[in-house]
Amino acid sequence: MNAMSGLRRNDQPIYLDYQATTPMDPRVLDAMMPYFTVKFGNPHSRSHSYGWEAEAAVERARAQVAALIGADEKEVIFTSGATESNNLAIKGVARFYKDRKNHIVTVVTEHKCVLDTCRHLEQEGFEVTYLPVQQNGLIDLEQLRTAVTDRTAVVSVMAANNEIGVIQPLKEIGAICREKGAFFHTDAAQAVGKIPLDVEAMNIDLMSISGHKIYGPKGIGALYVRRKPRVRLVALIDGGGQERGFRSGTLPTPLCVGIGEACEIAGKEMEAEAARLLKLRQRFLDGINEKLSNTYVNGDLEQRIPGNLNISFAFVEGESLIMGIKSLSVSSGSACTSASLEPSYVLRALGVEEELAHTSLRIGFGRFTAEQEVDTAVEDIVKHVNRLRQMSPLWEMVQEGIDLKSIQWAAH
Amino acid sequence: MSYSDKLIDHYENPRNIGSLDKGADDVGTGLVGAPACGDVMKLQIKVSPEGLIEDAKFKTFGCGSAIASSSLVTEWVKGKTLDEAGTIKNTDIARHLALPPVKIHCSVLAEDAIKAAIADYRAKAGKKVAGAEGPKTGEVPAAAE
Repeated sequence: MNAMSGLRRNDQPIYLDYQATTPMDPRVLDAMMPYFTVKFGNPHSRSHSYGWEAEAAVERARAQVAALIGADEKEVIFTSGATESNNLAIKGVARFYKDRKNHIVTVVTEHKCVLDTCRHLEQEGFEVTYLPVQQNGLIDLEQLRTAVTDRTAVVSVMAANNEIGVIQPLKEIGAICREKGAFFHTDAAQAVGKIPLDVEAMNIDLMSISGHKIYGPKGIGALYVRRKPRVRLVALIDGGGQERGFRSGTLPTPLCVGIGEACEIAGKEMEAEAARLLKLRQRFLDGINEKLSNTYVNGDLEQRIPGNLNISFAFVEGESLIMGIKSLSVSSGSACTSASLEPSYVLRALGVEEELAHTSLRIGFGRFTAEQEVDTAVEDIVKHVNRLRQMSPLWEMVQEGIDLKSIQWAAH
Repeated sequence: MSYSDKLIDHYENPRNIGSLDKGADDVGTGLVGAPACGDVMKLQIKVSPEGLIEDAKFKTFGCGSAIASSSLVTEWVKGKTLDEAGTIKNTDIARHLALPPVKIHCSVLAEDAIKAAIADYRAKAGKKVAGAEGPKTGEVPAAAE
């Protein structure tokens, strides 16, 4: 597991953004290398051993992916990533069943690629219900039950959220979908390899998987598509009919091998790794809570992937904090870093007040995070939060006993 | 996003952080922005009997550009008359710090903060001349917009 400790160069910041992407595990890279050079065949070539060799590698990878989620290997197709998988799953099902069903149910805190896909389908004439979330980031199952009708083609609910890491009640959602006759798609990019997933036990009909979130390569993902009962899709990419006709194009053998190997490693090490990450996360939280007041964890702390935290440091704007903690690579919950000045739509959906949403950081721990790095992170964050609070007029007012809500702020 | 050296210097070594006595007659306080928008600036000026700004302090809740913009203007207003300080333009601040386009609003806020501080000082001075009672403590002047 510590194959990579010492891999980080001394001049590089400590990486605490594992929900954005992960470094490739060197074991994954080792498995991939021969397929770039020596074993370079086209896996779809049937007339010679180069093709057969590549095909065998791709099929082994498919089985590795399937094994991690309790699926049959015939039910896994390779894509370019979770974004494509989400597009294919939702658009594909909606368009195939559009004569009988015209309704989609999803959640306001989904990843942008799911929400944007749904917006696109609305323009094509589909109706979309966007379920709200509770304060802890989880959906209300009764609201889901009410929203799903006999016109609902697909329910798309993410397994774990990319910003706040909360895990939706997949099994219960799957049961409701099965009972109501709607397909259940889940974007599991942040959950695969982090928590146990079983497409049978959870009644999942379609599942999106990403390679680079699980220490595999970028540029590859997978989509699980159930065969019994059969889920049918209209393809997005037409061509040679590879991947059961769902996704034409020559498979990138080395990338397939990479995601397969990444899945196998994740499956073997999940339990121990989850326990280790939970310890690191608790160590981090304890350190912060011991030294700072007015910090808030956003999203449910129990129903959450082990490697994620999203914390608001009240009275300190997130981007200025990130600018201070130069030795740490984390992500801002406030989208001030992007062109829009709006705070995160996920935090707002939780009902986090805008002023607190502006003060949040997403901190992601992963396979190569060391305890020492967690301690350094706590030290650095505490130091800069204190420094920035000393120059925050809001902190000063609160110390003077002024209720910030009593002030008429001028919007700008 | 990469920032200019000047901006980073003001963020890492902000000038004139702190507070002046907002109840004092020779102090003008400007408080602009809103927590919900992600930035709030408090800028204070201390005006000499000759009408020169002899001290300036700020506190800012906001991104690095907002902190740098307010730090910069506290340097700029010192030694100026109120009229001179009132002519500081957001474009000057933005140019000096090489603010990226998405951060121009930070310089606008800094300009607003100076104007609000000047207006607050003048309102107090006016009241004093008219013999009215001094400002109530805890009252926060409305932001200039």
